[in-house]
Amino acid sequence: MGLQAYLTLAAIVFSIGLFGVVTRRNTIGILLGIELMLNSVNINLVAFSRFSGDVTGMIFTVFTICITVVEAALGLAIVILLFRVRRTVTADHLDLLKG
Amino acid sequence: MTGEAVGFWCLSALLIGSALAVVLTKNLFHAVLWLALALTGTAGIFLLLDAEFLAAVQLLLYAGGIVTVMVFAIVVTEKLVGERLSQTSRRIAGGAVASGLLAWLIVSAVMERPLATTRMPMADDLTQEIGETVLTRFVLPFELLAVLMLAGLMSAIYFARPEE
Repeated sequence: MGLQAYLTLAAIVFSIGLFGVVTRRNTIGILLGIELMLNSVNINLVAFSRFSGDVTGMIFTVFTICITVVEAALGLAIVILLFRVRRTVTADHLDLLKG
Repeated sequence: MTGEAVGFWCLSALLIGSALAVVLTKNLFHAVLWLALALTGTAGIFLLLDAEFLAAVQLLLYAGGIVTVMVFAIVVTEKLVGERLSQTSRRIAGGAVASGLLAWLIVSAVMERPLATTRMPMADDLTQEIGETVLTRFVLPFELLAVLMLAGLMSAIYFARPEE
């Protein structure tokens, strides 16, 4: 399989993740979509790295995985805090900053 | 068809199917379980690309860590709210059009360019190569990552503090 196949797969998964982010009302559901998008970017990085024979892309993937873990932990902490304060799960109801 | 092609098509079907299930399932808990399957499929893709170390990291951190944290978050918030966290979606048509357009844009750009079809030779032991490069050429970003981890840990503790 060539590089194109892997890039196409990553693009499709990224779009599915974007669909989840746009359509989900639940904050945790939006976070799940973001995880999918970050995951597809990792596929891109590893594929480019493997097909160009340079290990840098794989190291980038290690970094993005670490950053994603921090992002997920903090995002869920914020969601739980929001539940505690506002008692709601829906992103539409979290409009304190709306003018 | 080579073994790699068979593996690629099977893993692609698994990955796309479980990704669709993540964004379309009504039950949030099931969505997290589908996400675990999608992340495991990605680990398989990494294995196809000769990145065994990354596949192991993917399974440990993503499928192990993140999914556990998400399940915890769902359990905790469900208790807090006192109702089942079924999730509804909105603006499905608009979202489908937007993501479909994005997918078409990227795929057409990918198809237009002549891209590599053969793999360049790499070191035999990629894990060793990754470890050596992280601690030599990329040692500064590595240390910055440790600072980021510490900041994330401290802010998670701050968010989770008991109410005064």
